[in-house]
Amino acid sequence: MHLEFSKKEELFREEVSSWLSKNLKGKFKPVVGRGGSGDQTELLEERVEWEKHMGKSGWTCIGWPKKFGGRNASINEQVIFYEEYTKAGGPGRIGHIGETLAGPTIISFGSKEQQKRFLPKIRLGEEYWCQGYSEPSAGSDLAAVKTKAELVKGKWKINGQKIWTSLAKESDWIFVLCRTTKKSSGREGLSYILVPMSQPGITIQPIKQLTGQSEFNEVFFDNAETQEENVVGEVGEGWKVAMGTLGFERGTSTLGQQMAFEQEFNTVLKIAKENGSSEIPSIKNQLSEAWIGLRIMRFNALRMLSNSRDGLLSKEAMLSKLYWATWHRNLGKLAMDVLGMESEIGDKLPYDLTFLQKMFLFTRSDTIYAGTNQIQRNIISERALGMPKEPRGDNKK
Amino acid sequence: MEFSLTEEQEILRDTANSFLEDFSNSQSIRKAMESDLRFDPVLWKRMASEMGWTGILVPENYGGIGLSWVELVTLMEQMGKNLLCSPFHPTVCLGISSLLEAGNEEQKSSFLPLIASGELIVTLACLERSGSWLPEGIETTFEKKGSEYCLNGIKRFVPYGHSSDLIIVAARKKDNSNSKDLSLFLVGSDNPNISINQLTTMDQTRPQSELKLSNLKLSESKLLGKEGDGWEILNKVRSLGALGIAADQVGGAQKCLDMTCKYVLEREQFGRKIGSFQSIKHRLADMMVLVESARSSAYYAACLVKEGNDELDEAISIAKSYCSEAYFKCASDSIQLHGGVGFTWEYDVHLYFKRAKSSEIAFGSPQLHKDKIANFLGI
Ligand SMILES: Cc1cc2nc3c(=O)[nH]c(=O)nc-3n(C[C@H](O)[C@H](O)[C@H](O)COP(=O)(O)OP(=O)(O)OC[C@H]3O[C@@H](n4cnc5c(N)ncnc54)[C@H](O)[C@@H]3O)c2cc1C
Repeated sequence: MHLEFSKKEELFREEVSSWLSKNLKGKFKPVVGRGGSGDQTELLEERVEWEKHMGKSGWTCIGWPKKFGGRNASINEQVIFYEEYTKAGGPGRIGHIGETLAGPTIISFGSKEQQKRFLPKIRLGEEYWCQGYSEPSAGSDLAAVKTKAELVKGKWKINGQKIWTSLAKESDWIFVLCRTTKKSSGREGLSYILVPMSQPGITIQPIKQLTGQSEFNEVFFDNAETQEENVVGEVGEGWKVAMGTLGFERGTSTLGQQMAFEQEFNTVLKIAKENGSSEIPSIKNQLSEAWIGLRIMRFNALRMLSNSRDGLLSKEAMLSKLYWATWHRNLGKLAMDVLGMESEIGDKLPYDLTFLQKMFLFTRSDTIYAGTNQIQRNIISERALGMPKEPRGDNKK
Repeated sequence: MEFSLTEEQEILRDTANSFLEDFSNSQSIRKAMESDLRFDPVLWKRMASEMGWTGILVPENYGGIGLSWVELVTLMEQMGKNLLCSPFHPTVCLGISSLLEAGNEEQKSSFLPLIASGELIVTLACLERSGSWLPEGIETTFEKKGSEYCLNGIKRFVPYGHSSDLIIVAARKKDNSNSKDLSLFLVGSDNPNISINQLTTMDQTRPQSELKLSNLKLSESKLLGKEGDGWEILNKVRSLGALGIAADQVGGAQKCLDMTCKYVLEREQFGRKIGSFQSIKHRLADMMVLVESARSSAYYAACLVKEGNDELDEAISIAKSYCSEAYFKCASDSIQLHGGVGFTWEYDVHLYFKRAKSSEIAFGSPQLHKDKIANFLGI
C-alpha cells in the first residue's frame, strides 16, 4: 500500500497540465470554471467547441482502449487527469453521458459495427447522448418501463414516453430501455436501443426545474424509428445492458465530478473568510467537517479504484453514490448558511440566481438521480451486507 | 499509487485476526479486564515472541521486524475488532515512537530490544488534572540539581500506568514562564518516589492510573531528547498515538456492524427477520459507509507516516475525528438494533460501546481535531 505516484505517472501529470495550460485560454477563456452543478446548461456552444478541441487532441475518453481511440489510461492516470483538469478550471464536460455511459456500454456490449459507427463521434465531440431510462411510472423501479419497440420492416418503431431526460434537447442520440416482448413484465423482455433524436417521431418537452432552468425534459416517442441493428446486446437482454451502464455511472465516471467539489468548497471557504462567518463557531465547525468529508471522499475513491480488479468495482463502490450525493447536498446548505442574509439575494430580475444559489438548489437532485439515497441504502444493505430483499407489491390497478 | 493492502499485508491481517479470535474472545476479554494487571501476560508474551508484534516498528538492528505504520494500522485494526486488552498501544505507539523519535543510541539499544521481546511495558504520562492536551495542562515540574533531575507532580489518565515498567514523563522546568518549555524523562516504575494508583475506568479494557512523583530523582541519562524539546516530541508522538487509536476504532466499528448484521438476521419479530425492516437495513447501510470511510482515513494517514509526507498531521486529525465518530455511532446503533439484549452485561455490545467512548476522547476528541482542521484551513 502506497500513495505516491510513479515517475511515469508524474510525467503523465506534467503532460496533462501543460496541455491544459496551453489550450484552456484564448477563445476558450470564457468556459474556464463553467458548467458545474446548477450551471450545466450554460455556454453550451462554447463548451461543445472545447469538447471538440479536446477530442481532436486526444484528451477525451482517455480510459477507453486504444483500439477505440482512447489512451487505455490506467485508473491512476485517470485520477491524475481529473485532478489536473479540475485544477486548471476545465469546464463541466457536456459529452460525459457519451464518454462515460453510452461509450463504455457500446464497448462492453455493442457489435463491431456499432463500435465503428458510434465511438469515434463520441470521442471527437461530434455527437452527444442522453439517457432514456426513467418514465412517469418507472422511476426507482426501473424495470417497470412501458415504452415499447416493435420491429417493422427492418426498423424499430418506438412508442411511449421517457421523463427527466437530461440534456435531451442538446443530444443527437438517446439510449432507450424499452419493451420488445409483448406482454412481458419486469426485467424480462427489455431491450437497449439507440435512437436518433432528430426525427418527426420524437417530441421533446422541457421541464422547468426548481432552479428555474430546464436541464431535463419529457421525451415522447410517437412511432419514432431506428434501424434494426441499433440494439445493443441481444434483443430481450436489455436489463443486463442497462445495469452495465448503471455500473459505469456509479463507478469511475463520478470521479471528475467529485474533484470539482473541491473548487466549490474553496469558494464557500473563501466567502466565509471574507464575510467573517467563519468565526461563528457552528459555521467554522461545519466547514471543517465538510473538508474532512471531502478528503475522505477522495480517500474512499482512491481505495475503491485500487481495489477494483479487471474494471470490476469492489463492493465499497456501492457506497460512493450515497456518500458523495449526501456530502454535496450538505455543502449546498452550508454555502447558504455562510452567506447568511445574502443567501436570499440573486443576480438579476426576474429569476437569475447566483452560482451558489444554483448549487444549493441543484444539490437537492444529487440524492435523487442515478438511484436515490434510499435505493442506494437498499442496494448496500442487500448486496454488500446480505440483508433480505425488499418485498415487491402486486398493485394491479 | 496502490491504495490497497499488498498480499503480505493481507496475510498479516488475516493471521492477526485468527490469532485474536482464538485468544481475545469474549471470555478471555472479560477475564483480562477484571484481572489485576488488566491484560493477560501469557498472551502478551506470545504476541511478542510468536507473532513479533511488539517489535513491529522496531528496526531489525534493535531486535524488531522493522515494518511500517501501514502494517501497524492493519494489525491494530484487528486488535480493535477483537477488543484486545493489552498495553500494546502505549508500549508500541507511544513508547517505541518516543524512543525512535528522541532517544539517543544508548537509550535505544537498552530499551528497544527489551520492548521487542515483550519484556518491557512502556507508557506515556503527559496529561494531568485539567485533562488538557495543551502545554499548559502539564504542571509537573523538574529542577536540575547538580547532575540530577528532581521531578514533582501528579499525572492522571496514564494508560496502563499500573502495569508498566517504563514510564515516559513530561514535565516543565520549574519557575519558567514559557509554557512550551517541557522535557521528557524515562522513569522506571520501580522508583521508590513514584506512587501508582489505578483508577476505575468506565471502559474496563483501557485501564488508567494516577501517578504521584514526589522528589523523584533521575540521572541525566534519563532525559529523553534535549531539554526543552519535550513539547515538540510530544506533539509527534501523540499524533501517532491518535492514529493508533483510530486504527483500533476502525476495527471496533467494523465488529459492531458485523455483530449487528448477524443478530438482525437471526432475530424475528412480526413473523419476519428484523433485518428485513427497511429502517434497520438503512441504518446498517449508513454504518457501512461510516466503517469504510473510517478505514480509508486511517490507511491514508498510515501511508503518509510511511512516506514522511507533510500532510500527515492533517490526515491524522481527519482520521481521528472521523473514526471516533464512526465508532461511537456504530456502537450506539448496535445497542439500539440489538434491543434489550444489547443492554445486558452478557452481550459484548456494551464493551464496544464503552471502548468507543473511551477512545473517542483519547488523544484528542473529535472536536479538538476539527479545530485543528479549521486551523489548517486558515479559519
Ligand atoms: C436532475 C435529474 C436528472 C435526471 N436525469 C435523468 C436522465 O437523464 N435519464 C433518466 O432516465 N432519468 C433521469 N432522472 C430520473 C431519476 O433517475 C429518477 O428521478 C430517480 O430514479 C427516482 O425516480 P422517481 O423520480 O420516479 O422517484 P420515485 O421512484 O417515485 O421515488 C420517490 C421517493 O420514494 C422513494 N422510494 C422509491 N422506491 C423505494 C424503495 N424501494 N425503498 C425506499 N424508498 C423508495 C425514493 O427514494 C424517493 O424518495 C433524473 C432526475 C433528476 C432529478
